Amino acid sequence: MEVLVAFGFKVYFPENHSALIGARKIADDYIPVANAVGYSPEICSYLTSDIGAYLRNETPLKDAYGVSSIPKPDVLAVNTNQCRDLYEWFSFFGRRFDAPVFSIHPPKYLDEVEEHHVDDVAVQYEDMIAQLEKITGERLDEAKLKEAVALSLEATELWKGFLDTAVHVPSPLTFFDGTIHMAPIVVMRGLQVAVDYYKQLKAEMDERLENGIAAVDDERFRIYWEGMPVWGRLRKLSEQFVDLRTCLVASTYCNSWVFDDMTPDDPIRSMALAYTKVFVNRSEPAKERYILDEIKRFKADGIIFHDARTCPANSNASYGMPARMMEDHGIPTLTLDGDLNDLRCWSDEQATTNIEAFIEQLEER
Amino acid sequence: MFAGIDVGASATKCMIIDEGKNELSSAVKRTGMSLRKVADEVYKEALSGAGLELDGIKVVATGFGRKNVDFADSIRTEISCHCKGCYHHFPRALTIVDIGGQDTKLIRTNVEGKIIDFKMNRKCAAGTGAFLEEIARRMDVPLEEMNGIALSSEREIEIGSYCTVFTATEILSKIREGEKQEDIVRGVFGSVIKRIQEMNPLIGDVVLTGGVVAHNEILFDLLEEALGREVLKPPKPQFTGAFGAALYAMM
Ligand code: SF4
Repeated sequence: MEVLVAFGFKVYFPENHSALIGARKIADDYIPVANAVGYSPEICSYLTSDIGAYLRNETPLKDAYGVSSIPKPDVLAVNTNQCRDLYEWFSFFGRRFDAPVFSIHPPKYLDEVEEHHVDDVAVQYEDMIAQLEKITGERLDEAKLKEAVALSLEATELWKGFLDTAVHVPSPLTFFDGTIHMAPIVVMRGLQVAVDYYKQLKAEMDERLENGIAAVDDERFRIYWEGMPVWGRLRKLSEQFVDLRTCLVASTYCNSWVFDDMTPDDPIRSMALAYTKVFVNRSEPAKERYILDEIKRFKADGIIFHDARTCPANSNASYGMPARMMEDHGIPTLTLDGDLNDLRCWSDEQATTNIEAFIEQLEER
Repeated sequence: MFAGIDVGASATKCMIIDEGKNELSSAVKRTGMSLRKVADEVYKEALSGAGLELDGIKVVATGFGRKNVDFADSIRTEISCHCKGCYHHFPRALTIVDIGGQDTKLIRTNVEGKIIDFKMNRKCAAGTGAFLEEIARRMDVPLEEMNGIALSSEREIEIGSYCTVFTATEILSKIREGEKQEDIVRGVFGSVIKRIQEMNPLIGDVVLTGGVVAHNEILFDLLEEALGREVLKPPKPQFTGAFGAALYAMM
């Protein structure tokens, strides 16, 4: 992101577009279109929603901003620190628009990120920069890169400050607020506008804290949410938790968008470190340590794992973690089967009862 | 007096108990389309069975239609109610398996009867009452006769698929291979037991409950066989949820 900003590219994020499709509850119109052309219903439903919408020549951006279609890219850049699906998704558009796809492939499942991992990724960045220089016909302006990294760092610290207000009991914000306000840290890193946005947001949270305003009236329970949001059910779920006087105080999904390893003095290596160190790219034990620390920090009473059918990368219920959390650490857990976008994988009935029963379980403890 | 009404996906049950937690009466009806109405009907039937009037009775509703019982004093999920009901009969750490019409639940409790964790089956009907209904229809056997047919089987055959549709195809191929009806039906019950064992480890004392096991006793035999130990059976398995709800009404 910071590299593209430094080159003066306007950056467009398909992931954000997909989240929008999900939140608009229209993903199930598009996913089948992508399924029909060979993208399995079992793979990333961000990918299938977005490609399906493209194939249907539709976009929710039209209603929202009067933009009639997604922009035609000159280059596509992707980091596979999250998953393979993202790469396949960008490759689809690379073929469609006959545009080059540049990718960074960091080493995966790392327990600790070591110097040689950073070396590897830094070389990949330099390689990508050389290719971008060829395409743009311009040398990378070091000062601009430093500036972009500095702005990313500032935004990231403000974003963290915003999320961390939830350590207070009662919390002034919920996971649902986090999902709504995370867009700038995802799509506007390296830009002043993200910094301005989070300054304002953080100030608002501080004010809420000062005045003792809670996100959930009469907060009784605090829950950690592990996994992606169910975009098409944000309202329904947030209302259910309000009714149960339960606050989802933190989540891996929002809280791991903190890249505080960036340093403007050493932009490339620090980006390499920050983007390789992200939660989703780490080993199971590293993830477990992170979640345990966060649970303690946010004083959570339990965890809800969202096992998203089409995003194993962001689901951590499949390799025994819920059982370990419960048996080794005594933390009550609940696993919800669902999906980020594909509501065919989601049952309101089952989810509602599971959540209600989980809160009853906490009540009787 | 206290009443529990369990509006399940296939049947709606009501149980009325006295201060001493003894059953005074109970009633059951197919749930159908009008949840409010059926709840009202089972309640009235149970009331008249106990020779009681409407007044002064605390009511707790549970089951998937719990929110439709507008005359209930409060609601509680079927997970808590099954737990409460079973623990009353067997006051110790339990693994409770409730096989319902639409879903199967597995609940683990500690010695005090508090829930440690619970799980519901995943999306497919395999392992639930709906699965048995579907298979009975496919095999052209009345649902009520499945238990009896399976009991006459002397041979175990494997039905292994993970999903209802695949199981139906698997059965078709068994029929084509000339397997006997009773062996296939027994295999179908066996697959329900397998689905349950996949959900969570069945540790300690296991209780089997719910409407499906009330009508298909073979499930007790098969689960005991699979676990190599005794499986506990509450007095009225179909009413454990309603009984638990009545116990909540008392609290
Ligand atoms: S991390 Fe998940 S949601 Fe994101 S692109 Fe990969 S599969 Fe899709």
